[in-house]
Amino acid sequence: MSIEVRNITKRYGNFNVLDDISLTVESGELVALLGPSGSGKTTLLRIIAGLEQADSGSIHLNGTESTGTSVRERQVGFVFQHYALFRHMTIFENIAFGLRVRPKATRPEKAEIKERVQHLLEMVQLAYCADRYPHQLSGGQRQRVALARALAVEPQVLLLDEPFGALDARVRTELRRWLRKLHDETGITSVFVTHDQDEALEVADRIALINRGRLEQEGTPKEVYEHPANPFVYHFLGNVNLFRGRVHMGQAQVAGVTLDVPEHEGVENSPAVGFARPHDLELSREPREGSVPAEIISIHAFGSVARVTLQTAPELPGYEVHVPAEVLRGLGLSIGEWAFVTPKNLRVFLEEDTAENSQAYVSWGI
Amino acid sequence: MSSPRRLTEPFGVRLVVTLLVLAFLALFLVVPLVAVFYEAFAQGSRAYFAAFKDPNALAAIRLSLYATAIAVLLNTAFGIMAAWLLSKFNFFGKGFLTTLIDLPFAVSPVIAGLIFVLLFGLQGWFGPWLVDHNVRILFALPGIVLATTFVTFPFVARELIPIMQAQGTEEEEAARVLGAGGFMTFLKITLPNIRWALLSGIVLCSARALGEFGAVSVVSGHIRGETNTLPLHIEILYNEYQFQAAFACASLLTLLALVTLLLKAYLEWRIQSASSQERA
Repeated sequence: MSIEVRNITKRYGNFNVLDDISLTVESGELVALLGPSGSGKTTLLRIIAGLEQADSGSIHLNGTESTGTSVRERQVGFVFQHYALFRHMTIFENIAFGLRVRPKATRPEKAEIKERVQHLLEMVQLAYCADRYPHQLSGGQRQRVALARALAVEPQVLLLDEPFGALDARVRTELRRWLRKLHDETGITSVFVTHDQDEALEVADRIALINRGRLEQEGTPKEVYEHPANPFVYHFLGNVNLFRGRVHMGQAQVAGVTLDVPEHEGVENSPAVGFARPHDLELSREPREGSVPAEIISIHAFGSVARVTLQTAPELPGYEVHVPAEVLRGLGLSIGEWAFVTPKNLRVFLEEDTAENSQAYVSWGI
Repeated sequence: MSSPRRLTEPFGVRLVVTLLVLAFLALFLVVPLVAVFYEAFAQGSRAYFAAFKDPNALAAIRLSLYATAIAVLLNTAFGIMAAWLLSKFNFFGKGFLTTLIDLPFAVSPVIAGLIFVLLFGLQGWFGPWLVDHNVRILFALPGIVLATTFVTFPFVARELIPIMQAQGTEEEEAARVLGAGGFMTFLKITLPNIRWALLSGIVLCSARALGEFGAVSVVSGHIRGETNTLPLHIEILYNEYQFQAAFACASLLTLLALVTLLLKAYLEWRIQSASSQERA
């Protein structure tokens, strides 16, 4: 079942939680709503589920408008951030709940309910927990029960609110791979909310980036990572290095080099910022065209990639460079030495775009 | 384990403080309790049980039970609704409503009784209308129920609000998403989660309702065998120097208080263990 979000706006008092958001999720897709906390992504998910009402705009499920329908009628499965398992019921009862509360006409036979719950328990690998209570389970197990409970009613859409948010790092990674596998097997249209860019990049078919109630960009993980639409997206999807410069008549002067920037054709003499990912920077002992001298502050050289941080002056933001470990070994650089940083691949944004979003970076400590 | 000596008070000080507390408890709690039963049985067990065979005593017990049953039923229903409203929703004037629930605790029971006299008495706001339509509220069961209900209103709501606030609304939302209707959600999710606190509130409410004196005294009219509740009956017996009978009836209420205390302790233990399970 497809989901269509059209021009959804939601306010709490004077605060715009969601500002004219439109988004389409095709049938069978797994989409991530990604954004910092307080960006409105959970509110959007709750509006899709029918747990909250938008001030304006509409929700269309499978092509039919369901803005006014109640949460019961929407046939969605919802997995809550803190699981929201029924604490006084066993795991079996929890999963069976959605089937048991159905009106008599559509309620399955007792034996059938039992069979379906058993099947779901096996699917989430918790068959041995059927008679336990939620408080006897670990966080990862509870999350899987919550998922099984949501799937028991055979929903058309699965909505997950920060599904891995409360778990420790190892369980998170395990569970998100498992979720991806589950999605590939069931093919159920799914939307999940996360503030973890790695999670979104690894699990989702498509990512919708939300910041301060607005949709910043949507696309496949590759698209949004490699072609960020604006500085916010660039910042949010991984570490960045900034190079200040100017843009004039379709040309940018950044870090001592001149680049063609056709997207800023009409701009005259405006301050601009060049963005580069850590792996888009090169290190050298000798100066090159467009290189910046900087002092090496730290080197983390475990694994195949070495992470080097450098700074030009103590009060300025430094650079983070990722180079293959053997390249670093070949250069023979060590902490305290000066080296030259050369951006291979710069994406230039005008200063005003950057300024508009600067507040978001500050709150994220970027 | 023995704690370092310098961290505890000297033995003498601890002994004196402990003895003082024990003496205080004995004087103000144990002695009166013993005295009630001592006086009740002063003329033997036959006289003790004879006190309950008096038709007026039986009528008083019956009236007390009726009034308590109705008041507790009403307050359970209202208490659940009020707690539900105050803990699961946000609305304008919520703080004011929360304060209002505590009003019966702040108002003297006698004043509470007078409020109803003012409203339903012959010279009261609705008095003439009630007389015209031949409805009796004061000096009858409805008045006693109203007064009792008013005085005991906060107990159920007060017990439920903190626990319902702590539990939040996620489980109810989950039930709704899974297709359960409002009543089903309440019955299967909300009610089981609050059952011990609810019972605890009902126990307290019942105990207070059975023992209510001030407000009921104002509205009842003290008609023997008709509008006398048990506490009022005890007062009349005492005023008529029938000490033994008065204490016999009083022992009944005292026993009830002890049972309430035990029940309350048990329920509190259940609530504690239920919430510590969740944290595990």
